[in-house]
Amino acid sequence: MFSLTLAGTRAALRAREFSARELATAYLAAIEALNPRLNAFVTITPELALRQAEAADAALARGEAGHLTGIPLAIKDLFCTAGVRTTAGSRILAPFVPPYESTVTSHLLRDGAVFLGKANLDEFAMGSSNMTSAFGPVTNPWTRRGSNARLVPGGSSGGSAAAVAARLALGATATDTGGSIRQPASFCGIAGIKPTYGRCSRWGIVAFASSLDQAGPLARTVEDCAILLTSMAGHDEKDSTSADRPVPDFAAACARSVKGLRIGVPTEYRSDGMSPEIEALWQRGLEWLREAGAEIVDVSLPHTKYGLATYYIVDPAEASSNLARYDGVRFGARTEGADLTDMYENTRAAGFGAEVTRRVLIGTYVLSAGYYDAYYLRAQKIRALILRDFTEVFRKVDALLTPTAPTAAFMQGERMDDPVTMYLNDVFTVPANMSGIPGLSVPAGLDGDGLPLGLQVLGKPFDEETVFAVGAALERAAGFSALPGIRAGMEQ
Amino acid sequence: MSLDPATVRRIAKLARIRIEESQLPQLERELNGILGWIEQLNEVNVEGVEPLTGGAQMALKLRDDVVTDGGISEQVLANAPDRVGDFYTVPKVVE
Amino acid sequence: MSYVIEGSTGPWEVVIGLEVHAQVISNAKLFSGAATAFGAEPNSQVSFVDAAFPGMLPVVNRECIAQAVRTGLGLRAHINLVSRFDRKNYFYPDLPAGYQISQYAQPIVGAGVIEIELADGSTRSIGVTRLHVEQDAGKSLHDQHPTKSYIDLNRSGVGLMEIVSEPDLRSPEEAGATIRKLRSIMRYLGTCDGNMEEGSLRADVNVSVRRPGEAYRTRCEVKNLNSVRFVMQAIEAEATRQVGVWESGGVVEQETRLFDSARGQTRSMRSKEEAHDYRYFPDPDLLPLVLDEAWVEELREKLPELPDDKRARFVREYGLTAYDAGVLVAERATADYFEQVAQGRDAKQAANWVTGDLFAMLHRSGRTIEDSPVTAAALGRLLDLVADGTINGRIAKDVFDAMVETAEAPDAIVERRGLRQVTDTAAIDAAVARVLAANPDKLAEYRSGKQKIYGFFVGQVMREMKGKGNPTLVNEALKRRL
Repeated sequence: MFSLTLAGTRAALRAREFSARELATAYLAAIEALNPRLNAFVTITPELALRQAEAADAALARGEAGHLTGIPLAIKDLFCTAGVRTTAGSRILAPFVPPYESTVTSHLLRDGAVFLGKANLDEFAMGSSNMTSAFGPVTNPWTRRGSNARLVPGGSSGGSAAAVAARLALGATATDTGGSIRQPASFCGIAGIKPTYGRCSRWGIVAFASSLDQAGPLARTVEDCAILLTSMAGHDEKDSTSADRPVPDFAAACARSVKGLRIGVPTEYRSDGMSPEIEALWQRGLEWLREAGAEIVDVSLPHTKYGLATYYIVDPAEASSNLARYDGVRFGARTEGADLTDMYENTRAAGFGAEVTRRVLIGTYVLSAGYYDAYYLRAQKIRALILRDFTEVFRKVDALLTPTAPTAAFMQGERMDDPVTMYLNDVFTVPANMSGIPGLSVPAGLDGDGLPLGLQVLGKPFDEETVFAVGAALERAAGFSALPGIRAGMEQ
Repeated sequence: MSLDPATVRRIAKLARIRIEESQLPQLERELNGILGWIEQLNEVNVEGVEPLTGGAQMALKLRDDVVTDGGISEQVLANAPDRVGDFYTVPKVVE
Repeated sequence: MSYVIEGSTGPWEVVIGLEVHAQVISNAKLFSGAATAFGAEPNSQVSFVDAAFPGMLPVVNRECIAQAVRTGLGLRAHINLVSRFDRKNYFYPDLPAGYQISQYAQPIVGAGVIEIELADGSTRSIGVTRLHVEQDAGKSLHDQHPTKSYIDLNRSGVGLMEIVSEPDLRSPEEAGATIRKLRSIMRYLGTCDGNMEEGSLRADVNVSVRRPGEAYRTRCEVKNLNSVRFVMQAIEAEATRQVGVWESGGVVEQETRLFDSARGQTRSMRSKEEAHDYRYFPDPDLLPLVLDEAWVEELREKLPELPDDKRARFVREYGLTAYDAGVLVAERATADYFEQVAQGRDAKQAANWVTGDLFAMLHRSGRTIEDSPVTAAALGRLLDLVADGTINGRIAKDVFDAMVETAEAPDAIVERRGLRQVTDTAAIDAAVARVLAANPDKLAEYRSGKQKIYGFFVGQVMREMKGKGNPTLVNEALKRRL
């Protein structure tokens, strides 16, 4: 059962090879067995899952199978789920039970999905390692060959990625603000896509950086991601930044040929310190696409190197404002104080972790009087230049191929001394958020330690179909079949 | 741009997050590290460039003037840490 | 004859700017679908968006934007087809998100003008700098509990128009007139009901003083004035205070103050001691607001006639004095009432009746023209009865009083009480003869030169005729006999 992909499981359910209830029960048992080690889930929802599975079986029996009927998923704990605690990985929301369902998860419910639980994440989605969660770090189910050291799954959607990689869920929802879907996908050997900004609704997702946040799926295969995205996407009147565009058949796009497509290779993504293994994998990726009939073109994205620093102005600025509502008055945790200001300061100091505090302070600073022009305004102008770079390049090519991350998964506790070192993880992923374009990570190979490495496909705005086509072609060529040491269905 | 302790305290006040004196040195170091790294952006020529506002290049949609919400005081108050009747409460403010 | 504060060292001019917050008339709030009606149970008109729950997002209400455009057009202001929403960041319990969605850099309405008329008949043009839309905050109650403040978010998210004037005002009277005029314009347009007691119209004033001819000095803001009277008192109190500070060698510090109406003084606002750094930046949950020029034109075409235009038309079409016209157009309901009465009748008469007897009656009984017991149609009928000679002017007043009391039609009252005017010259002549015969000494006085006694005879004849004598015929008859 665990070896089936989402697409395969869907077919099996429809063919009544097993019931949704059996499926959910199996996944819940796997979670019970392995979550203590991985800590991929903050909240597990067995009663809800079984209720949903039973409803799914009834629908299947009636012949009314929906797009995702019976499919068990993990939901990143940034999506508000009605009646189910939603923490955003933070102490300040530890007691919060939303009275509403996010639009994206309501789409999944509409299509018959089963929710196994809320997946762990970096606090308020700020991080690249899932080490900053108030509910403890997530452990990557992959380990280095010959080592037991715990590795990070990447972040911020570390819990979602670990759950999918360890086969504790058939897919997961996640969000990507600076790479938080793609980088964990790369670190965990699975697929993940950040769609175009506006493709999915942000309503009901705890806001981090509003102009950058975007929901997307994590799953074992590119096709699985396409199936999930079809469900998650769609215009939402309640989100003013939601694009009013029909949702294409993303799964069908996976079967498209890449013959004749022009694939760009951005010069500036090749850095001096790039690991030879990643360089080699990148070249292999280009070769696979060439063999499939695509044309490889060298292109230039001149402002690439400024993407990260620009991101680390815009993201904290927006976050500092979005997190002002966490004040202990209407929801969440409160710490008392002698007066109002005291109460606010105590509540937020007790509720926010170190990384969140740093970003809120940086954000407050860059927006403050006298600094707005020098920082935020300048960053938004550079952002316009980054977008312009992509717009120019996409006149010449249909998609771009780059590595997803500069390294494979690193050890828990590494890179924590200097915040900037952690930020450098996002160097390849951040430009897609800054410009709004879609980006997909595909597991492409293993490094010398046996850890997965991903390749990233970037595409034109709202052209996820081409991105899926190229990604699926890479996936076929890569034939990535390695599995992590810790996973469901394995005797441990 | 380098932050001194007084500035860090001022920003923390604006952000309503209590920072203990003992935390100040490390925080100052970390924040200055981040800001120093961001300085590289001063190299970029942004002459005549319009800032990008928001990730979506679309028209703002407007809603019809119809009451479609509210009347949910129980739900709106259910998560309040200190609720009295139908009100949220905070430590008393003197204006 | 300009307004000055007489200090110990000489006269001081007062420089005033207004910031008026006007609640938009709309069914739902600016960014959410919750209702805006005043006086509901606490927190019963609050959506998750208004309470800033995690993941909530704003969606703009088209009618609120239309109301802002209409108001801008009413101020003859420039409408900015492209405007932007910005976040104004600060912490306060009645501001759930920790920021207010407002418009800072690019407001929806630009420069305009308000014409005001002062008591001495002079007029002034007061510049409007801008108008923008923003969210209102909730309400804090500080007197319900010994150690807690209570928060009601019903008002949180209601649409506000903030109208900022140029610092063109030079006296409390001018400030009062500006607020009244602005209120009148918005009531005419139906964009704000201007109810200061309920808080749908609030004014902040920026006050500074200077010696005549000097440059501007530091100003202070006095906030949350909820009546025109308080605005005027607060300006005088604050200006006086500032003069005192300057003249004693001190320096006026820029700060925000409140008006203590009981003491007639302003005082510093403790919670706003720290200078606010609002960290304005464009709200990333919203896109630029782009208005269709054709849509704005459509709003312009459908605008009701504005007070100044209506006043000018009343003078032109009805031959009223500017003063009378001004009184009638102060409220649109009054102007409409008047016009209905004046249709096909003597406009001057109509104006006299409306501004005289009707207003007096409404004032006495504490009513508004909207719930007047005498409708415009009924008053018009009464005027018809005078015009066609059925009753005289004196009797008409009695009929009016009866109409107020009984809500009967004037015709019915006249018939029931037999109040028809007597035009029978024989009867009149007989009455005159009786009066003159009954008052021989007065007659003698009159004939010896005391012209003033004429009025006495008129009064007596009228009494004799129970008020129903036709005044013209009575005069004729008296003159013949005297």
